[in-house]
Amino acid sequence: MTDRALCVVRAGALTSVQDEGRHGHAHLGVPRSGALDLPASRLANRLVGNAMGAAVLETTLNGCAVRPLCAVTVAVTGAPCPVTLDGRPVAWGAPVRAPAGAVVEVGAATHGVRSYLAFAGGITVEPVLGSRSTDLLSGLGPALLRDGAVLPLGSPAAAYPPVDEAPAPGVPQELVLRVRPGPRADWFTADATAVLAGGHYRVSSASNRIGLRTEGPALRRAVDGELPSEGMVLGAVQVPPDGRPVVFLADHPTTGGYPVIGVVPEPDLAAAAQATVGMPLRFAPVGRP
Amino acid sequence: MSTPRTLPVGEHALLVELEDGEAAGALHAELLRRRAAGTLPPVREIVPAALTVLLDGVTDPQALAAQLTRWRIPPLEAGAQEAVEIPVRYDGPDLADVAALWQVSEQEAVRIHSSAEFRVAFCGFAPGFAYLTGLGERYAVPRRDTPRTSVPAGSVALAGPYTGVYPRSSPGGWQLIGSTDAALWDPHRDPAALLGPGTPVRFVPRAAR
Repeated sequence: MTDRALCVVRAGALTSVQDEGRHGHAHLGVPRSGALDLPASRLANRLVGNAMGAAVLETTLNGCAVRPLCAVTVAVTGAPCPVTLDGRPVAWGAPVRAPAGAVVEVGAATHGVRSYLAFAGGITVEPVLGSRSTDLLSGLGPALLRDGAVLPLGSPAAAYPPVDEAPAPGVPQELVLRVRPGPRADWFTADATAVLAGGHYRVSSASNRIGLRTEGPALRRAVDGELPSEGMVLGAVQVPPDGRPVVFLADHPTTGGYPVIGVVPEPDLAAAAQATVGMPLRFAPVGRP
Repeated sequence: MSTPRTLPVGEHALLVELEDGEAAGALHAELLRRRAAGTLPPVREIVPAALTVLLDGVTDPQALAAQLTRWRIPPLEAGAQEAVEIPVRYDGPDLADVAALWQVSEQEAVRIHSSAEFRVAFCGFAPGFAYLTGLGERYAVPRRDTPRTSVPAGSVALAGPYTGVYPRSSPGGWQLIGSTDAALWDPHRDPAALLGPGTPVRFVPRAAR
């Protein structure tokens, strides 16, 4: 086995391999998956000279630690957190040269939820249907990180971009998600959009890579009965029988039978990926009434 | 055929609603024909479902919606494609209950199911899980009152008007009438799913083990 690999020292609470996801297979019931905070994973890749869609590690709240078996450039983005190299603090949001055998430790997020670790050459586990992403809904792709696991790395690019630090958006104290009404806004009472827009919601602890769940005022249905299953998109705001909206994230099911009151535009979902439990959440309707 | 209804889904998608499953299947087939012929604007995902087809990853959904309503969509043609045959042992734990719901003997229930011509209406629930229509509404059955925590892979099952085959072991509330060794899902095979939308399917009885 080549030494272009990483050994997992501390897997963390929920660390997965992610790239830009598995597209074009939704009609077979395959979720898109991919990094939840896509701008952050792309930035990490750019900092180490990778193509933007190379596979990275996505951590959840408490980081992880890995030991590259070869010298490799690494960058950490997404949720801000302490980064150390063999215990010495190094930069977050900047390329760092890790010697072979050094332990790269990503600590607990000081804000936000998900940090991204990109390695020059990318993580090169076997792709499944064109993607290396772990899909937590359907179990496709590589397993979640376990202590002691070894992940292969690709060959780094010949040239690095002349970047030593990159600006990253700060993590807001409140999550604001725009919502474009439809396709099933007419399944709700006339005041439901006003309730959604004016309601004080909070991010629920039941949130995960499949959906951002909420606590707050319930949206009431005007149409009873069951909606026949229909195709679902990323950002769909689906309303289950309890009336609390769920915003579909990357691992969402491809079809669903609860009505969708509106859709959050994709650029807003990176902030949703970093929203901590209990964070205030507002929905801002845009476009068609 | 009446004009399909188009519903907005965010900035880059469109949901087309049809009057019945047949019409949804016909629109899905037409979309695939047009995509293959290069006359459909780029669409990342075409996802048929019970009464709808979702078009996701579309640059200008409104323009596509306007175009769609002018199409003349031919009805689905039976026998245009060779059916996938799935060998089944009709030994499921709910076969007796299903036969009772249909008010026939178990033997007759097997005959009804194995002589029907099915079509994959859509996929969902899990990769490779196909919702097959073909039995007709008169043979619709309810889900189990208490879902099973684990349904074995290869279980052939009924719920509502649909037949499905579990691609892998999972929890499930469908009525289990039989089992198959067919590999419904193999990500290293192309195509990964044995049963994609639109595929005609027949179930062929095999002796129980």
